Amino acid sequence: MSGPEVVDARGQRCPVPVVMVARAVRGLPDGTVVLLYADDPAAAVDVPAWARMRGHAVTAAPADGYTVYTVRLGEAEEDAGGGRDRST
Amino acid sequence: MAHNDFRPVSGPAVEGLLDAARGPLHPVAAQTLMAALDAAWADPTRRHPPGRRARAHLDTARDVLAGALGVRADELSVHASAEEALELGLAGLRHGRRRVGGRVVASGVERSVVLLSPGVTDSVPVDRQGALDLGGWAEALAEPGVAAAVLQTANGEVGTRQPVAAARAVADEHGVPLLLDATASLGRDPLPADAGAVVVADAASFGGPPLGLLGVRTGTRWSLPGPRHEAEHGRAAAAPWVPLVLAAAEAWRQGADGHEADAAGARELVDRIRTAAAAVPDTVVVGDPNDRLPHVVTFSVLFADGEVLLDELARRGVAVASGSACTSSTLRASHVLAAMGVLTQGNVRVTLPLGAVSPTREADVERLCAVLPESVAAVRERLGTADL
Repeated sequence: MSGPEVVDARGQRCPVPVVMVARAVRGLPDGTVVLLYADDPAAAVDVPAWARMRGHAVTAAPADGYTVYTVRLGEAEEDAGGGRDRST
Repeated sequence: MAHNDFRPVSGPAVEGLLDAARGPLHPVAAQTLMAALDAAWADPTRRHPPGRRARAHLDTARDVLAGALGVRADELSVHASAEEALELGLAGLRHGRRRVGGRVVASGVERSVVLLSPGVTDSVPVDRQGALDLGGWAEALAEPGVAAAVLQTANGEVGTRQPVAAARAVADEHGVPLLLDATASLGRDPLPADAGAVVVADAASFGGPPLGLLGVRTGTRWSLPGPRHEAEHGRAAAAPWVPLVLAAAEAWRQGADGHEADAAGARELVDRIRTAAAAVPDTVVVGDPNDRLPHVVTFSVLFADGEVLLDELARRGVAVASGSACTSSTLRASHVLAAMGVLTQGNVRVTLPLGAVSPTREADVERLCAVLPESVAAVRERLGTADL
C-alpha cells in the first residue's frame, strides 16, 4: 500500500495552496488522509479555515522551511474556536 | 497649466467610497480649514497678535476635542498622527513605571504600531470573533514587571468591540494603567466612560483630518525620557498646525449631535452587506455580528484572490479595502484575521464613511451588495476555481 497523497504547494502564494489541496481532495471518501506541503504564511490560517468550512480535520507540523498539513477528510471535531463560521 | 503647478484640478470621486478609514473631510470642516488658513496660520507660541490669535483658536479647538475624548483640555495633546499618539502614550506609561518593569500587555488584534512597540513581547489571544480572552488578559497582567496594558475600544478591521469595562477592572486589580485605543471608534460608537488612564483617538474617524489625539488623565504616572519638550504639555517637539486642529474640532462639533443617528443608519447598511456577503457561496463574514462598530464589516471569500476581487469591485464602481496577503501592498495577511484564525484569502473590508461625508453611501452599499456575486464569480472564473 502506498502512503497518503501529497500535494506540494511549496513556493505557491495565497490563495493557490488552498486551491491545490481543495482540488486534490475532490471526490475522495471521508477518512482519506492527504498531506499538503506549503511555505506560504497565509496557509497557516487559510488551510485550517478551509478545512473547518468543509468539515475536514487538519493538523500542522513544521518541516525544513515549510509546513506539513495533514488533512483528514470529513473528520472535523467540534470547532474549538470562540465563534462559528457560516459554511456550506 | 504650467508644468510646475501642483494644484490638483479635481479630486477623486467620493461616490463609491466604502473604504473610509481615511475619508475626505466633513464638508463643513473643509470650509473651516480654508477659513483657518487666513485666520490661524501663525505659530501659537509667538507673542505677536497673529500668534496670540492662533493660540486662542487652538485653545478653543482643544476644549472641543478634549470633550470628545472625555478628558480635560490640559490633559489633551495633539499629534501628527494617531500612530504617533499611540506610540507616545505607551512610551509615557512605560517610562513612568520603569521601576515596576517594562512589559506591555496587549491583545493580538491591536494596531500594528502597538504590537511593534517596545515592551510588547507576546499578545493576549482573542476568540474567533476577535474579542479579547479575558482569562488570558488576567494571566498576562498577573505576571511581574507589567508597566502598562493597551486595548482598543473596538477593532477597526473587523468591527468587534472589546470588553473594555471588564478588562479595565482586571488592570485596576493589578494596579496597571490602561491605554484605551479609540482610534477606530471615536465619533462612530460611544466611548466607554472613564475607561483608561490614557485615551488615544484619531480625528479622521469622525470626519476630521488625520490627527492624533492623546489624553493622559491627571494623576497618571506618565512621563517621557529625555529633556522636556516645549509644546503640547511637554509631549511634542512642535506645536500642531492650528488650521488642522480647528478642522478636527469643527468635524467633531458638526457630528456630535448626529453621531447616534448616523451610527444607526450605518449599522443597518452593514447588516445589508453582511446578509449579501453571507449569501455568496463559501464566503465567511467575520467579526461579531452584533457587538460591533456600526460602520465596519469584513468578509473573506474562499478560492479567491483579494487583489483581483478588489479590482473587480472597483471596475463596478465600489472602492473597498482588503486584509488579504494576496494584495500587492503586503506580503502578510492581516494580523487581525490571523489572530482570529479566520480565512484571510479573498478578504474585503468595508469602512462606511459618515453620511455627511458621503451622501451616496446608501446607494454605494446597494451597489456593493448587487455586484458582489458577479464580482466573486468573475474572480473564481479567472482563477479557475469556479468548480471547487
